[in-house]
Amino acid sequence: MSVTADHIRDRLTAGLAAVHVEVEDTSPNRCAASFKVLVVSSQFEGKPLLQRHRMVNTCLAEELKEIHAFEQKTLTPEQWEKHKSQ
Amino acid sequence: LCSAADLEKNLGEMVKKDKVVVFMKGTPAQPMCGFSNAVVQILRMHGVDSYAAYNVLDDQDLRQGVKDFSNWPTIPQVYFNGEFVGGCDILLQMHQNGDLVEELKKLGIRS
Repeated sequence: MSVTADHIRDRLTAGLAAVHVEVEDTSPNRCAASFKVLVVSSQFEGKPLLQRHRMVNTCLAEELKEIHAFEQKTLTPEQWEKHKSQ
Repeated sequence: LCSAADLEKNLGEMVKKDKVVVFMKGTPAQPMCGFSNAVVQILRMHGVDSYAAYNVLDDQDLRQGVKDFSNWPTIPQVYFNGEFVGGCDILLQMHQNGDLVEELKKLGIRS
């Protein structure tokens, strides 16, 4: 199985009810499958950063076995609005 | 099975032995991965210079063991006071939003 950006986007959208997902395939800069994701979900509300990241890791548990490097940013819809206006 | 249990016990002691513990690829003097390097640079920026760093590239059992121990799929991994803090992304965001200064203060480290 080779993991694609589309596949990761679908998984995060379904698994975390994400309202916005950005997936960047950073593999060309590295030696193997690498991705950078931004996930916006109201499920992150009231949760500390570590717990949010764990939710993403759990959602992508299967995929992460194949991924060499993985970067993530997790925002609530409210934080995302602020982030956009910056 | 027995050695896995031993490793878990060892890891429990390793993360508590020092205030700041990092599992990384390479060493602080010579990081072997950009993410591990980022953690080293952030700690350096905050004046954290005496911390325990374990090179997972030296030991495949440790590399897998620490992932199972923390239930975290990637390296580097950072621990403060025996507690798992997160990986590179989390440390970077804590650095940016000021939480890292606060957490280090709790450990008696002034950045």
